[in-house]
Amino acid sequence: MATVLKIEDLHKSFKTGFLLRKKKILKGISLTVEEGQIFGYLGPNGAGKTTTLKCILGLLFPEKGKIELFGLPHLSLRAKERIGFLPENPYFYEHLTASEFLNFYGELSLKKKKDIAARVKELLHLVGLEPWANMPLRKFSRGMLQRIGFAQSLFNEPSLVLLDEPLGGLDPLGRKEMRDIIARLKQEGKTVFLSSHILQDIEMICDRVAIIINGQIHSQGTLHDLVSEKILFTEIILSGLKSNELKSLGERFSYLGEKTLLKVFEEDKIDTIIDLVQKKNGKIHSLIPRTQTLEDLFVGMVKKG
Amino acid sequence: MRITAIALNTFKETIRDRILYLLLFFAASTIIFSRFLALITVGDRVKIIKDVGLASLSLFGALMAIVIGTQLVYKEIDKKTIFTLLSKPIHRYQFLLGKFLGLALTLLIMLLLMSLIFLVLVFLHTSKIDWNLLIAIYLIFLELLLITSVAILFSCFSTPILSSIFSLSFYLVGHLSWGLETLIQKIKAGPQRVLAQILYLLVPDLENFNVKTEIVHGLPLSSQFFLFTTLYGVFYTLFVLTIAFLIFRKRDFI
Repeated sequence: MATVLKIEDLHKSFKTGFLLRKKKILKGISLTVEEGQIFGYLGPNGAGKTTTLKCILGLLFPEKGKIELFGLPHLSLRAKERIGFLPENPYFYEHLTASEFLNFYGELSLKKKKDIAARVKELLHLVGLEPWANMPLRKFSRGMLQRIGFAQSLFNEPSLVLLDEPLGGLDPLGRKEMRDIIARLKQEGKTVFLSSHILQDIEMICDRVAIIINGQIHSQGTLHDLVSEKILFTEIILSGLKSNELKSLGERFSYLGEKTLLKVFEEDKIDTIIDLVQKKNGKIHSLIPRTQTLEDLFVGMVKKG
Repeated sequence: MRITAIALNTFKETIRDRILYLLLFFAASTIIFSRFLALITVGDRVKIIKDVGLASLSLFGALMAIVIGTQLVYKEIDKKTIFTLLSKPIHRYQFLLGKFLGLALTLLIMLLLMSLIFLVLVFLHTSKIDWNLLIAIYLIFLELLLITSVAILFSCFSTPILSSIFSLSFYLVGHLSWGLETLIQKIKAGPQRVLAQILYLLVPDLENFNVKTEIVHGLPLSSQFFLFTTLYGVFYTLFVLTIAFLIFRKRDFI
């Protein structure tokens, strides 16, 4: 599989405040994205996700480090012709209508006039904005802006799509639609680099994940590698047993009415509990084994970091 | 193609800016007002109309260039539209050049509109067309191009208010710097004269583009002057645009 994006030892700092003190944002980021992957770039707010993306796009100049796109230097136009980018909270020219806007960006992607018109229609259909093709972007809602932003990033049929928080600020239905589009991109053989702080999204659609905290990558690998499948504990909701009978079996939490939530850490104790419930004519309402989630891993890392 | 696309988008953006029409309204009012000034003038009334008319073309054209030019690049950075734009396969110099050409087109159209009002007024008064006025208008356009490049230069690294102050100062200094030329002739030879000469070389001389007196009074203009002024305008504009590009080339967009 070919390497689409390769970053080596990326450093970037900004001068802030009156005295222009240097603040390090990226402290040696290295990562590789292979062709056909959906790569999740996960980190809390302010970790350096957007800064990394801007370095890749040539909007920021890193102090140190190397970035390669498709084996080419990242600033070369040949590399840029093959990428698409959707920024966080996209801002576009308010004076243009949706189709005028896409036309303009199409012309920048160097296409023939005839092809541009056809592609604009196709993209408006893809993101479901056909009925609003002639509405100025000034009147667009946040979700609609996100969609038109998505459409512009796909104009040149890029091999690599860079998305910065693509699902932020969307309603549940909008999020699902976006996720579907991203999944479709993967089916078409495109590579997606997705930065987000929303764990659910990453967990649902990404093949590979890198976790960035405080300008450094703490963990990188496939989801399977990162998150262990070992059962951490089992959650049992039961009723009909007295609280002192459950004391030694696990951590007890009060629950609605007579029900009790029990967190059991040792697996062999589960059978004991089931036996006990049967003996006392109680009832088990649910029994859910909990494995480690990306959230557990992430929260643990952020706390440490 | 890519420069044209950016230029046309800039043109669309600027031609829809309401402030442009406010300035156009004031320019038209001033030109028409010159007709009333002429009424209370002793002597040749047409000269007053021509003089005030050309002065308002230059002043309001410069104000348009400054007010819109200083926002042009800043707005793209502030509104973050530049993020997606520069992620497309374009060079940064293409972006800057497109912006410049787009505004230049807008200014050309505005100048033509103002000139139309002005020329009609002169025609109504004299019943003949004075073609020499077109020379003066051409030189004003050259001056506007230079001011646009200066406004864009400041817009690359400064806020619109500061850039406007800088650009307006450039306009004022440029129109007053001819005083230095007179001063050089008056002071004795020595270091102070060299200093004055260096200063005169550094500051722009926008009076080069001002041929009001010659045109209004029907004085002859040599073709040499014409060529020199055109070259001066073109090279100065290119020089300023190059500096703007050098600043813009290495700029981080946070």
